[in-house]
Amino acid sequence: MTEAPLPAVGAVDFDAFVRRRASAGALVVQPRMGFMDPEAMRAGLAATRAADATTVGTLTLDSYTRLRDEAALATALAEGRPLNGYPLTTHPPEVTARMLAGLRGPDFPVQVRHGSAVPRHIFESMIGLGLSASEGGPISYCLPYGRTPLAQSVRNWADSTRLFATLRERGAQPHLESFGGCLLGQLCPPSLLVAVSVLEALFFHQHGVRSVSVSYAQQTNATQDREAVAALRRLCAELLPEPSWHVVIYAYMGLYPVTPRGAYRMLASAAELAVRSGAERLIVKTVAESMRIPTVEENVAALEFAAAAADTVRGWTGGEVAEVDADNEVYREAAALVDAVRDLHPDLGTALAEAFTKGYLDIPYCLHPDNQGRTRSYIDEEGRLRWADSGDLPFGRGGDGGGLAGRARTVTSAALHADLHHVRYAYDADEGPADDILAAVALPALPALPPGP
Amino acid sequence: MTAPARRDAHEPTPSGPGAPGGGAPATPGGTVVLGTVPSDSHTWNLVLLQLLLEECGFEVVNLGPCVPEELLVEECLRHRPELVVISSINGHGYADGLRLAPRVRARPELAELSMIIGGKLGVGGEAADRERGSRALLEAGFDAVFFDAAAADLRRYLLSGERPGEAAAAPALEEEYARGELAGASSAS
Ligand code: B12
Repeated sequence: MTEAPLPAVGAVDFDAFVRRRASAGALVVQPRMGFMDPEAMRAGLAATRAADATTVGTLTLDSYTRLRDEAALATALAEGRPLNGYPLTTHPPEVTARMLAGLRGPDFPVQVRHGSAVPRHIFESMIGLGLSASEGGPISYCLPYGRTPLAQSVRNWADSTRLFATLRERGAQPHLESFGGCLLGQLCPPSLLVAVSVLEALFFHQHGVRSVSVSYAQQTNATQDREAVAALRRLCAELLPEPSWHVVIYAYMGLYPVTPRGAYRMLASAAELAVRSGAERLIVKTVAESMRIPTVEENVAALEFAAAAADTVRGWTGGEVAEVDADNEVYREAAALVDAVRDLHPDLGTALAEAFTKGYLDIPYCLHPDNQGRTRSYIDEEGRLRWADSGDLPFGRGGDGGGLAGRARTVTSAALHADLHHVRYAYDADEGPADDILAAVALPALPALPPGP
Repeated sequence: MTAPARRDAHEPTPSGPGAPGGGAPATPGGTVVLGTVPSDSHTWNLVLLQLLLEECGFEVVNLGPCVPEELLVEECLRHRPELVVISSINGHGYADGLRLAPRVRARPELAELSMIIGGKLGVGGEAADRERGSRALLEAGFDAVFFDAAAADLRRYLLSGERPGEAAAAPALEEEYARGELAGASSAS
């Protein structure tokens, strides 16, 4: 870092903002949004801020920035070739500062989301710009995002987290969200998602970031999802050293419904999960998800719809968090995973790398070279995600891992295709989940299907 | 279904593996190198295509996410595959593909290799871009380009020797949805 005096950052505390709004009865909603062009990005943030919902802003970075491919960035910018996100480290800092001016502030925090296992350059840019909220983690921004060796990602993330923590010296509260609740987006049994989220939050603490959020991506069965969020909350309450944390739900991160109605149903279910499980924040998806990067308008429609759906559900529940067995199967499995990993080494980074070597953590279908690839998942008759093969996951050591008996199933392309499309088909059907919410909340004007080939 | 753009749209029938002009292999078998472009980290597409290719009788070398150009070239030289399949869905497949194909073709040993690309190749989706994009990728060195195609299109390409130039009727995703796609198709293999 440079000696030059850095601008004061102000007191934007992402977690405090979210929890304040949540305790006032609002679900904070947030888009996944990133455009190459600063003007477009500014318009997107302005529209997010102005939306009829309690929002926070997002800067999603493009794939070249994530991988630090400077040649590709230079070519794309010179030739005006579109990128799939905002190139934060390539646009001059003044350009980004101007893009953000007057938008971000104590009432509208902006979070940077990027998916990089080599994130130092991104954190340096954020620090220079006083952007104090981001996302990631040594596992969750490595295994789903490329081929950087895990041990290297752990070192990089330890280093960047410590660097980010220095923002406190400038009066800001650096905040990190674990992406552990998503991993590959689909077909991962919830216990592993919960465990990785908790472990990464602990990792952030170990390296000096004390304001954290833990994530959980909606999966295939609403009851199992509620159990998972209950498990996540219980583990955080038990293990995190400070109370400055909240839960963020991601609307489904796998193959998304293709019909507009199906897409809104999916989002309504995600909002319902957030409200019924007591989560504070929700990241939405739009009608365009299955096909292309959404427009600003589609994002605003999704934010407003999700906020209205959440209000409707809250009207039904009176804000009561649904009762679920706190000692449920997801909790038992997740606790077994967390304990087994923490027992490996006092330095959590070392423990995490070793856990993957031993197969104590093993993500189904993940092709990353450091993932053992001995686990497989499937969707059972009730739509719950289960282990078809739990490989070397340490389930003997805590929970009984209910229903884990290694059911050997040969996976064909048709079977995998069916499991990948399970959610899409259920939500695109004539009648589907969350129809009760759709009856109560007006659907945004449904767009004509986007232009086909 | 989405008909692929072909390098030589006038070739009457697809010819054997590795044939100049790049028809689909008429008889399945042999090795396929499967991978993606350097910037793309999506892998479910690779997992699914691997299973599908194996069911079509190929042995698959799956290179996984974010394949550096050098690695692709090395693996092609090592395995001398019947076919190289590049699958990308992050929206950078087009731009990365333009850089990647010439790198492969620059090796004289790989100049005649059959190499195709498909997936969600561009950011945004206007039909004009798709056509222009396909043409540019063919010129860059791919033998066939499947813009916004479904996995079933690859299967059809490999097994049926379909003729090029059939009009794309509907967005692949919708059609895939309507037909239940692979679930029905795979019993034929
Ligand atoms: C799961 C997912 C992820 C996971 C991926 C984890 C992993 N390791 O795989 C995570 C969350 C990590 C992720 C990250 C990102 N994602 Co993503 N992701 C998805 C999602 C939801 C599903 C993709 C999937 O699993 N597909 C499963 C395969 C089996 O199906 P398919 O995609 O339809 O592929 C079929 C066809 O394309 C065809 N096909 C594919 N290749 C080929 C090749 C040939 C030759 C043929 C014939 C056919 C063919 O066959 C496939 C199988 O049927 C999609 C949206 C959706 N579809 O619902 C977005 C999506 C693909 N992601 C997108 C983006 C942009 C990203 C990010 C860049 C983040 C961002 N800016 O938003 C990063 C990627 C970073 C990087 N370096 O690349 C965009 C791409 C937009 C575009 N193309 O214009 C999508 C469409 C979402 C959106 N609407 O914005 N993503």
